[in-house]
Formats: sequence, C-alpha cells, structure tokens
Amino acid sequence: MNDYTASEMMIVAAARALADARVVFVGIGLPNIACNLAQRTVAPHLELIYESGVYGARPARLPLSIGDPCLVSGAVGVMPMSHLLQYYLQRGLIDVGLLGAAQIDRYGNLNTTVIGDYYRPQVRLPGSGGACEIALMCRRVLIITRLSRRTFVEKLDFVTSPGFLEGGDARARLGCYGEGPAAVITDMGIFRFDRVTHEMFLASLYPGCTVERVQEQVGWPLRVADGLDTVAPPAEKELRILRQELDPAGRLRM
Amino acid sequence: MREAIAALVHDGDCVAIEGFTHLICFAAGHEIIRQRKRDLVLCRLTPDLIYDQMVAAGCARKLIFSYLGNPGVGSLHAVRRAVEQGIPAPLELEEYTHLGMVARYIAGAAGLPFYPLRTFAGSDLPRVNPRIRQVEDPYGSGAVFVVPPLNPDVAIIHVQRADAEGNAQIWGLLGVQVEAAFAAKHVIVVAEEIVDEAVIRADPNRTVIPNLIVDAVVHEPFGAHPSYVQGYYDRDTEAYIAWDTISRESGTLQQWLDAWVYGLSGRAEYVEKLGSQVWQRLKPGDAWSGQVNYGRYC
Repeated sequence: MNDYTASEMMIVAAARALADARVVFVGIGLPNIACNLAQRTVAPHLELIYESGVYGARPARLPLSIGDPCLVSGAVGVMPMSHLLQYYLQRGLIDVGLLGAAQIDRYGNLNTTVIGDYYRPQVRLPGSGGACEIALMCRRVLIITRLSRRTFVEKLDFVTSPGFLEGGDARARLGCYGEGPAAVITDMGIFRFDRVTHEMFLASLYPGCTVERVQEQVGWPLRVADGLDTVAPPAEKELRILRQELDPAGRLRM
Repeated sequence: MREAIAALVHDGDCVAIEGFTHLICFAAGHEIIRQRKRDLVLCRLTPDLIYDQMVAAGCARKLIFSYLGNPGVGSLHAVRRAVEQGIPAPLELEEYTHLGMVARYIAGAAGLPFYPLRTFAGSDLPRVNPRIRQVEDPYGSGAVFVVPPLNPDVAIIHVQRADAEGNAQIWGLLGVQVEAAFAAKHVIVVAEEIVDEAVIRADPNRTVIPNLIVDAVVHEPFGAHPSYVQGYYDRDTEAYIAWDTISRESGTLQQWLDAWVYGLSGRAEYVEKLGSQVWQRLKPGDAWSGQVNYGRYC
C-alpha cells in the first residue's frame, strides 16, 4: 500500500515513537490523533493525560479540543487542573509530552507566542498554554510539526518552551527537569539531537524524500546522520485505523 | 442575570469568567456586553470566544491569560486586531503559562503572598512579564519562580446544579472553577438547574463551591453555549468553527453582536433564537455514574 499522504506518514511515525511510553501528555491536533493511534497499535496500555484534567482518557470519538466531553466519559480519573499540573506533571510522573510549534530552532526551542517583536507583534500567536511546563517537566518531549522555512528558523522571535536552549549543557544547568526533546517528527523525516552539542540532526527520511528537499525547508545548514535510514511506510493496519476509526472526515490526515 | 451583573460588575473591575472548555458562562459575558461595562481586566486561562466577543464589544482594557486561541480552530481574531492594530482600542496583555495562572488563583484563594512553581525556566516569559519573579528557596534548593495572587473583583462560575443558597456541584472537567471562586472578592454562581438542598446533601463530595462565598445565584439553562455542560449539552463545535469566519472582519462581528447579544433581552431569547434543531444536535446520550453508599449514622 503506497497511496498515503505525508500527514499520514507523520502521524504514523509519531505513534510508533510512543511504543515504550506508559503515560503521555496529549496536545490537540496531530499529537492527539498520533496518541490515539499508538493506543490502538504499538502501545495498548498507554494512558492518555490531557491538561484539562483528565487521566486515562479513552475517547469514543476523536476529540476536537483538549476539553472535549468525550475525554471525561469513561476516563480513569478527572481532577482540577491544579492537581494535574502540579501532582502529575510538575511531580515528574509523565513519560512523554507531545508539542507542536510555530517556530523551532536547531536546539529544539519552541515559539508559540509571537512572530516579530513581542510588544509590536506581526502575528500574535496563542502563547504557552501548558507547553512551557510540558517541555520542562515531561521526561522526554516529541515535537510534531511540518517542515517549512517559516517554522525551522535560525533564531526564534520568542522562546515560549525551552528545548536545549543554546545547546551543550545549557538545559542541564536549569536544574532538575526532564531530558528535553527526543525527536522532531515532520512530514518528510525525523530529526534527533546530538548527545553532546544537543543540535538537531536529520536521522531518518520517509520513503521518497531526499536530504536536499529537507534542507530547502530548514533555515540553517542541516546536519545529517552518518547512518541516515529510511522509515518503513505506513502499514495497512495503521492506515485502516487512522482512516476508518480516528479521522474518517480526513481533517488531520490530508 | 441582569440584576446580578448590574449589582456586582462595575466599570474597571477585574472579572474572571472561568471554565476550561467546559462551563464557560457565555450568558454572563453577553449580559456584561449588553450593559456596556467598560475598562474591565478580564482573567481566564483561555480567553476563548467569550473574551473575543467582549473585547470586540469594547468592554476590556486588559487580559490576564495563558492561552489565546480558538481551541481546535485557530486564532481569536478580535483579540488579535486589538493587539496587532489597536482596533477598536489597544489591549494590554499579561501572560503566564497554564500552571502560572493556576498558581496565581491558588495564591489568591489561599490568602498567600505568592506561590512557588517550577515552570518558566529557560522561557522568555519572565522577561516580558515582570510579575513573574524568582526568590531564593529558604531551604537551600536555589532560586525558585514565584507568581503573585490573583484576586478578581468578581468570578462568574457556571455549574450543573446549585441550591438557592449557592451551594454548587460540578462534574466533568473542573478547570480552575474552585480556585477562581475562592480567589474572588465576589462570586456569581450560574446554574443549569436549581435543586433542593437535599439533593446537594445527598452527594456532598460533589460540592465544590459553598454558599459561604456566593453573592448571587442565577438560574440560566443553556447559559454556557457554545461551550458545553457535561451531561446536559455538547460543545457546539460548528459555532466555534463559524466564529472563525464571523470574527475575521469587524463588520461581520458587529452584525453578529447586534443579532445575538444587543438584539436580545437575555439568554431565554437566545435559546429560542438558536432553535430546537441545534439543541437536539447537542443533546448527549446518557452515561450515568454508579452510586456510592455514604452510610447512615444515627
């Protein structure tokens, strides 16, 4: 089966990255559908946790927002946001957080606050929500975003959610937080981070994509892994669940 | 609702209409617009459509918030027009993260001078918000971020049911309803149903707001639309998507305010105007909780 969209490949790659996770902090949009796919494939015991105050959600429909009522019915637990953000997230009980961004730099720092100057913004974006604490406090972070020169920039206009800051040991110096970004999952391939410099490098390509095409969408000279590999295309089962159960209207996978 | 807003919300007040996706009291926001309140400081984690409408109507001078978007859809266009172009008037922003806002309400509710938290490290937020500060941990762990209390003049809290005294019960997402209510100087409880005190007493674990802190109780069925009330009506996703188009231009937005806010006397007319087809579409099926035995001790 080779008729799939770039978005479907991206969602499948993100779901596979959750194979060893037990508790995942879910954001809305692509992260949400990826987590729900993971729960139905590689991670049947995955507990979905939503910042709205839900632990162990098992939504009967694809939730449109992180506060959807379908997340409550049938969940393991529902609690005030103050409990969830302090006792689950700040306490360090969550394995993986998934985040998107309007801008990302080579060290996995994320901007969701403004494009342009903070006080005279060209575009006022939503701001942090829970992203800053998710980026700091989950044991590791997966970033899901489409490749584009507008997104993958040399320098962020604003650091909303820290990745590895200026690289090296800058994040470690912040104190006792999670490990930071583990991967950036895009619509052409997957990036990982160097263990010492913490600079992003291209680790895997999707079938049919090339390093040159990825570089065109990245605003700095891209580092590429020596053993660059190719990701297996979506399996029939992954596509069937995605198309028939999770997103029949095709809102997210097109 | 008219009397409660007239008595408790004044020009220049700091107002919190809370509710995280769930239980957002649009009926109160619309009444504030109708009464043409001005210069309000509006607090909410997620300003949502309700504050977009209030900003467009010229009620607000400032937002205190953590996520400024139309959830699952995109931007809040009226807020963006105010921030990016000063239309209809400039809007001051004071922003935190969700945990930062929660911490401000906790400090306000608990009567504390500040509240420590571990977010903000490495972020630019403390650089643009001087209220986010650091203090030295007196027990030796180093510097820790703190935020000050948030004590709104009035909090408007939508709930499933309350008794006539304002003892209120919520189920489903609790958001920061409790923290915001205890932090506020005055509280308006808006309930889908007013029930007998015995109903509240039969299930005391579900009571989140006591009559002790409540100044006014308003019975306003369907008062949270287009947000939702767990077990009563679903979130009107179509309305959230439609708002994206309506709010892109000041003109269409003002027409919407004329038709759905200024042109109506209150929520009862809104419910009727929306029509039974919409309410049928939003009616959920049943999923009753199990019952627990509280025991009889006499």
